[in-house]
Amino acid sequence: MGTLNDTYLKYPERSYGMDHNRYEWSMLSDRKPIEWPNEKKVALWINVGLQFFPLNQKGIPFKVPGGMTKPYPDLRHYSLRDYGNRVGIYRFLKAFDQYNITPTFAMNTRLTERVPYLLDKIKERGNEIMCHGFNMDTLHYGGQDMQEENDIIKRSLDQLRKLTGQEIKGWVSPAKNESENTPDLLKSNGIDYFCDWVNDDMPYSFHTKDGNLTAMPLPTELDDHFIILNNLHSAEDWADQVEDALDFMLKESSTQGGRVLGLSIHPWVLGQPHRIQYLERVLERFSKNDAIWSASPSEIIRCWKRQI
Amino acid sequence: MAKQYTIMKEDPGYYDYWPYENRPKITWPNGAKVAFWVAPNIEFYELNPPDNPFRKPWPQPSPALPGYTSRDWGNRVGHTRQMELLEKYGIRGSISLSTALCDHHPEIIELCKERDWEFFSHGIYNTRYTYGMTETQERAMIKDSIETIYKHTGQKCAGYLAPALSHSDNTIDLFAEVGTELFGNEAGFYSCDLFHDDQPTPINLRSGKRFASIPYSLEMNDTIAYLVQKITPRRYGQELKDNFDRLYKEGAESGTIMCIPTHNYQVSNAHRIKAYEEALEYITGHSDVWVTTGKEIAQYFLDNYYDLAQADIKQKNRNHGNAQ
Repeated sequence: MGTLNDTYLKYPERSYGMDHNRYEWSMLSDRKPIEWPNEKKVALWINVGLQFFPLNQKGIPFKVPGGMTKPYPDLRHYSLRDYGNRVGIYRFLKAFDQYNITPTFAMNTRLTERVPYLLDKIKERGNEIMCHGFNMDTLHYGGQDMQEENDIIKRSLDQLRKLTGQEIKGWVSPAKNESENTPDLLKSNGIDYFCDWVNDDMPYSFHTKDGNLTAMPLPTELDDHFIILNNLHSAEDWADQVEDALDFMLKESSTQGGRVLGLSIHPWVLGQPHRIQYLERVLERFSKNDAIWSASPSEIIRCWKRQI
Repeated sequence: MAKQYTIMKEDPGYYDYWPYENRPKITWPNGAKVAFWVAPNIEFYELNPPDNPFRKPWPQPSPALPGYTSRDWGNRVGHTRQMELLEKYGIRGSISLSTALCDHHPEIIELCKERDWEFFSHGIYNTRYTYGMTETQERAMIKDSIETIYKHTGQKCAGYLAPALSHSDNTIDLFAEVGTELFGNEAGFYSCDLFHDDQPTPINLRSGKRFASIPYSLEMNDTIAYLVQKITPRRYGQELKDNFDRLYKEGAESGTIMCIPTHNYQVSNAHRIKAYEEALEYITGHSDVWVTTGKEIAQYFLDNYYDLAQADIKQKNRNHGNAQ
C-alpha cells in the first residue's frame, strides 16, 4: 500500500483543549453548580419543532433526515409531515395545557408564511418562538457561500420577527447542520442562543466574531424523530427513555447542581393517534414532580447567566 | 475511495482453528469462572481530519456537527458519569485511548490515573486511519502512541485496538515489535482487534513473540448496540445480563471472558446509564467473577495457559489436518 503522504502523521492541533477556538474545554462535573428558581432541580425545555418539508426538495448537500426519499412527487412523505402541522400539533397543544407544561416552538420561517392560522394560535399562547431556519430543505453546510448563507439567515429571521412580533433570540438549524460560518452569522443577525452543538448537558459560552452565543443542550439522542424513526423504537420506548433520563438527572442534580432536560419533539412523529398517549404519559409525570421547572430557553439562560 | 494496492490474503493468518470443546481447562484466580473487564474507549475525534483515500471520517462536509459534537459530549459530560459508576462497582477501567487525548484533555487522564486505571493504545486520533499507511508510517504511529502513554502515565502499554478498527496486514505484528523495542516483554503482548473467541487465544506473529488475543466483544460494545443495532437502553442492559449468564455457566467448565467495551458518548447518556448500572450491579453481584483488566487477563493467560493452549492447538491440527 503506502498511499498516504507523511503529513497524515502530523497533528497540528495536538495541544491542550479543543482542536478549534469556538469554546473552552471544560468538564461538566468541574463546573460550579447552578441553582434553579424555587429550589427546582431540573429545568425542562420542551422544544416543539414545527417544520415544513417542501415537495420539491433539492437535497443540497444531502437529503435532510425526515425529508423526501422517493422520486418526485413523494406524496407519502410530504403529506405525512404536513399531518403534524394540521392534526398532530393540536393534540400537542391540548396536552401541554392539560398538564400545565410550557412549550417552546422552533419554527421554519416558511411554515409561518404558509399557515397563518397555526401561527396565530402559537402567538396567542405567548410561548417563546425560535427560528428553525427557512425550511427543512434549506441546509447550512460546510463550504456554503457565506453571502448566500447570510441572506438565508437574514431573510428567515427578518420575516419570522415580522410575522411573530417576537424578538427571536434562539436558533436551531435544519438537521442541526452548520457551515464553518453559521455561528458568526447567527450572532451578527441578532441571535443570542443556539442548539446545534450537542456536546453538553448545560448551557455554555460559544465564541463568535461578534461576541458570545449561548449554546443550549438539546440532545439529538432523546429526540422523538431520532428514537422512533432512526432507531425504530416504539413511542413507549421513547417514553421509557425520557423517564430514565429524568430520573438520572434528578439524581445527578442532588450532588452537582441544576440540570437542563432539553426535549425535542415533533407533531408529525408523536402527534399520531397511537403515539400521543406516550407524550401525555411523560407530561403527566413532569407535571407531578415538584423538582421540575418547566421553562423557556431564554428563562433558563437568564437564570444561568446570573450565576456564572 | 481508492483501491488497496496490496496482495490480499484469504485468512489473516494470526490464529489456527481451535474448537470450543475439550480445550485445556482454564481456571481464573480464586477459582473464578468469568474474567470480567470493562474497556471504556476514551477517544478524540477531530473536527477537520485530513482526508484518507479509503475511508471518509464524517458523512457531512466539515464541520460535521452531529458526529463531532456527540463525541465531545462524551469527554465533557459522559466520562465522569461512567467513571463514578465503575468506581461504585469496584471495576478498574481498561482504557482504549486515543493517545492525543493526553495532550487535549489531561484532566481526564489524571482522573483515571488517580483510580489506577489501565491504558492501552487506540492510536493517536480516532479520525486517523491505518488504511494506506506504509509499514514505516504505521510503525511510527504505533510507537508515538505507546510513547505518549508512557510519558503521561508511566504505564508500559500492553494492549492494542487499532484506531477506529482500521487495520493493515501488519498491524498486530508491528504493535508487538514496537512494544518489544521500547520495553521488551513488558509491553505489546495482547490485542483486542480479533473477535473469533470467548477465551484468550495465542496469536502467531512473525517475531514469534508470546502474544494473546483477549476477547473484547463487539457484540457487547455499546456503540454497536446503539448505533448499528439501534436497540433500546433497557434491551442493551438485558443483553449484557444474558451474555454474562451464559459465559458464567460455561465458565464452570473452562474459564471465559466477558468484556463490555463502552464509549462515554453512548453509555453515559442520561437515558442509558441506568440500564448499564443495573447490568454492572448484576454481574459484579456474582461470587465467581474475577473483576479485572485486559492486561491482567493477558498476563495471566501467557503465564499459565499459553503453552498448554499452543500444544493443544498443534495436537488437534495434527490429528484433524485443519487449515493452518
